[in-house]
Amino acid sequence: MTSRRTRALLDPVVEANPITLQILGVCSALAVTKTLATALVMSAAVIAVLTLSNASVSVLRHHMPRHVRLIVEITIVASLVITTDQIIKAFAYELSKQLSVFVGLIVTNCIIIGRAEAFAMKNPVHLSVLDGLGNGLGYAAVLVIVGATRELFGVGTLLGLEILPSAAEGGWYQPVTLMLLPPSAFFIIGFLIWGLRMWKPTQIEQPDYRIRPSTITESVR
Amino acid sequence: MSDTLNLFMRAAFVENMALSFFLGMCMFLAVSKRVETAFGLGIAVWVVQTITVPVNNLIYNAILKEHALAWAGLPDVDLSFLALISFIGVIAAMVQILEMVLDRYFPALFHALGIFLPLVTVNCAILGGSLFMVERSYRFGESVVYGVGTGFGWALAITALAAIRERLKYSDIPEGLQGAGITFIVAGLMSLSLITFSGIKIG
Amino acid sequence: MARMLLDRLMALPNDSATKTVAVALGVCLAGSLLVASAAVLLQPLQQANQERERQKHILEMVESLRSSLEAGGEAGELDVEARVVDLATGDYATSIDPETYDQRAAASDPAQSIEIPPHRDIAGLTRRARFATVHLALQDGKPRLVVLPVHGKGFASTLYGYLGLTGDTRTVVGLVFYEHNETPALGALIDSPKWRGQWPGKKVWGPLGDPALEVVMTGVDPTLSEAQHQVDGLTGATWTSRGVSNLLGFWLGDDGFGPYLRKLGREGDER
Repeated sequence: MTSRRTRALLDPVVEANPITLQILGVCSALAVTKTLATALVMSAAVIAVLTLSNASVSVLRHHMPRHVRLIVEITIVASLVITTDQIIKAFAYELSKQLSVFVGLIVTNCIIIGRAEAFAMKNPVHLSVLDGLGNGLGYAAVLVIVGATRELFGVGTLLGLEILPSAAEGGWYQPVTLMLLPPSAFFIIGFLIWGLRMWKPTQIEQPDYRIRPSTITESVR
Repeated sequence: MSDTLNLFMRAAFVENMALSFFLGMCMFLAVSKRVETAFGLGIAVWVVQTITVPVNNLIYNAILKEHALAWAGLPDVDLSFLALISFIGVIAAMVQILEMVLDRYFPALFHALGIFLPLVTVNCAILGGSLFMVERSYRFGESVVYGVGTGFGWALAITALAAIRERLKYSDIPEGLQGAGITFIVAGLMSLSLITFSGIKIG
Repeated sequence: MARMLLDRLMALPNDSATKTVAVALGVCLAGSLLVASAAVLLQPLQQANQERERQKHILEMVESLRSSLEAGGEAGELDVEARVVDLATGDYATSIDPETYDQRAAASDPAQSIEIPPHRDIAGLTRRARFATVHLALQDGKPRLVVLPVHGKGFASTLYGYLGLTGDTRTVVGLVFYEHNETPALGALIDSPKWRGQWPGKKVWGPLGDPALEVVMTGVDPTLSEAQHQVDGLTGATWTSRGVSNLLGFWLGDDGFGPYLRKLGREGDER
């Protein structure tokens, strides 16, 4: 039983990471990672919403009418997201301006409804909570890696603290402006997936076509 | 006129929903393996976006905005925190109505778009369009142009990505990069090329 | 009694109409309770945040003025006041409450704004509000600082900012932009302290009383007399720099705060 709990919590972090393996919830992972601070706040918001929505759906799972199941789930998620949004606006106003509409967009984050449907509908509350927490942590791990990379190389700071003194202020580091622009988020996640799949080869996707070794060279010889 | 064109250009290219705001990514990456399906989904998103952004604009300005209920004798009510949940409701309802109308009057179109329409409800490009409309306080006319522009931009982006991925199938890609990895990198290159549109002004 | 009713409800099959409606209602009720209580409880905090955000830059300028006054041995209390100005005449519009007037909303409302003739629309605004909210820092009833809201097209976005002038309108106290979406590390450097630091002390008016502030891409030549009006442009951000020049030219000119500033300057001379 303990192992089932640990697996519900830890599997989604590396083995079945929602972003890199299942390619879910990518929108915000790309959009809010310009700085580490926004990535951290966004991660906290997603972890909170995901854990609570998994718990509520799991509580209701034996009483969920079939026809309105999705609407009930969306209503639960939307209420949680609005509350989270209000809390962020009240206590972290600066960051809420940078996160702009992306906190609201947690509602349509596929991870949340995906986990509610695939896990919380079928499992008891404590496992669902752990699953929500685990998937949230998996999401957070990717966000933090991407956010830290973009901020460190794009500006030379981490959480606003100077790590690499930039040339504009008399240091030696010439910031890579591309890191702050949208394309770099795609590249970093692309390379992250590559690295992860080199480490865990079972996650490699099978190609649609295999190119056969060239036969022409031999016949020419 | 030039204002309208500029807003359209901005919505469709400079601030492309998929490639510079990363909205609707799940679907953008998952349904872009074949041009035909990608095109169908793109058109569905375009249609729904064109309808929902103006409708949400009307609802927001007439009911939810601070001081908006003055006509009902409630000038001090501020319901803007309900925007998110009303927008989702409107989007889901619009998709449902569109589905029924298409089924009844345009069966051929319904069969082409049918399977994509329910998916569109959870596409964050649609909800994102409405939320950006509020954040930038567009008027009704602007919201129509914005809806058309963002929908067009999204459809264009997913069709282009699918076309590239169809060619990629035959190329020799390093093992770990196959599938998701290379798609991200291709999308990154596309997004890089869209940066060239920024600062373009018409008229 | 209620307990029994709940038990009976729970025992119903999931797809029965009664239970569907009951579950839907229950979820809606719980959801709306959560959302409404969060909105009501947190609203004062959020409003305080917004207010602080709006005032932050104005207060910063007042602070820098106060410290420079103190350095010059002129200590004294500064009272900050918001007033609404009728841009066409340059008079204060006492009928409008500066607390509730929203200039940005007014600028897009045809009833509260005017269209700018295209050949004079150098800042790319199309329309501007008839009235504008200015902030004054008064010392013994005499204006020492006037903060003007300015905006205009930059490269990729509209720049919104505040321009602070001394009470006689002749010298810049500071220029900050609080909202824009310029390219990071290029145009966005208008936020950098280094670039902002060039503005204080610049002279606003040219020899003929025309607005003369300018951002120059070729570098300021300190030997020329124009240098007192000019600041260096941002490398690689020609459009943003030009946008700043244009919006300053517009808002200090006759279509912007020109009439108001002339009146304010004349009052200052009479004293």
